[in-house]
Amino acid sequence: MTNYTATVTVRLKRGVLDPEAETTQQALERLGFELDDLRSADRFEVDLDATDADEAAERAGEMAERLLANPTIHDYDVAVAER
Amino acid sequence: MTVAVVQFGGSNCDRDAVRALDHLGVDAERVWYEDGLPADPDGIVLPGGFSYGDYLRAGAMAARDPIMSEVRAAVDDGVPVIGICNGAQIGSESRLTPGAFTTNASARFQCEPVHLRVERADTPWTAAYDESDVIEVPIAHGEGRFEIGDEAHADLVDDDRVLFRYCDADGNVTDAANPNGSTDNVAGVLGERETVAVLMPHPERATLPDLGRSTDGAGILEAFA
Repeated sequence: MTNYTATVTVRLKRGVLDPEAETTQQALERLGFELDDLRSADRFEVDLDATDADEAAERAGEMAERLLANPTIHDYDVAVAER
Repeated sequence: MTVAVVQFGGSNCDRDAVRALDHLGVDAERVWYEDGLPADPDGIVLPGGFSYGDYLRAGAMAARDPIMSEVRAAVDDGVPVIGICNGAQIGSESRLTPGAFTTNASARFQCEPVHLRVERADTPWTAAYDESDVIEVPIAHGEGRFEIGDEAHADLVDDDRVLFRYCDADGNVTDAANPNGSTDNVAGVLGERETVAVLMPHPERATLPDLGRSTDGAGILEAFA
């Protein structure tokens, strides 16, 4: 078994309104920053032991499917690194 | 035999629901989520509130709680189930009903009376109304914007599963009457069975006459009478 950190990034699907990101963008613009767009995402770092990186990714993907993401509004991706 | 109002940690409309049902002559009791459902409930209410502190997404945690397996089994037995506000978020997160409720377009918590157009009058929840009736019921939510993919939305409309739409006082479904940016002004939907419904507005807050405003919500809860 190897120690991994699986990083699950959950973001709104393209086209789904993100009021929090819009509000954040407006606040940045009020501070004088110039930007074209801003998107927000949730990142979950999951430490787990697995036989290999594929297994770690598969388990983290199942976590995203079953809880971390809502498939109606979210896309997600999983990246795995040894820790 | 009674209606079970499921109280999660952070639910705060469970007492209101019981009082409203009592007023309608419906025997109802609060059920702590860890205790499981009573045997053979006559109905189930998933009440409003902030279960699990709205962590992750409103309703996400409660939707994965073991008691929801019991709720799902009850649904399969034909027991009427309604999710109100946070209960609606729990219902959609549980896939009991289609779509998702997410952050209001305003990015603000909104607490205000709204008008709803009754889109179906042939369900247990709307038997007290006629189709296209306009009722006034309050909302109180930060995550009530109904979102659904284009294909699923087309199915929802084709299957006639939209129960209520936000409208103006005359029943016109307009952008101006849409409080939270919900797709197609959807305020409430049916599950695969008509015995399952969720809605963001609070019928239990528009049932008791002594609250002084609308009692239009009573008809929805009369499904349990």
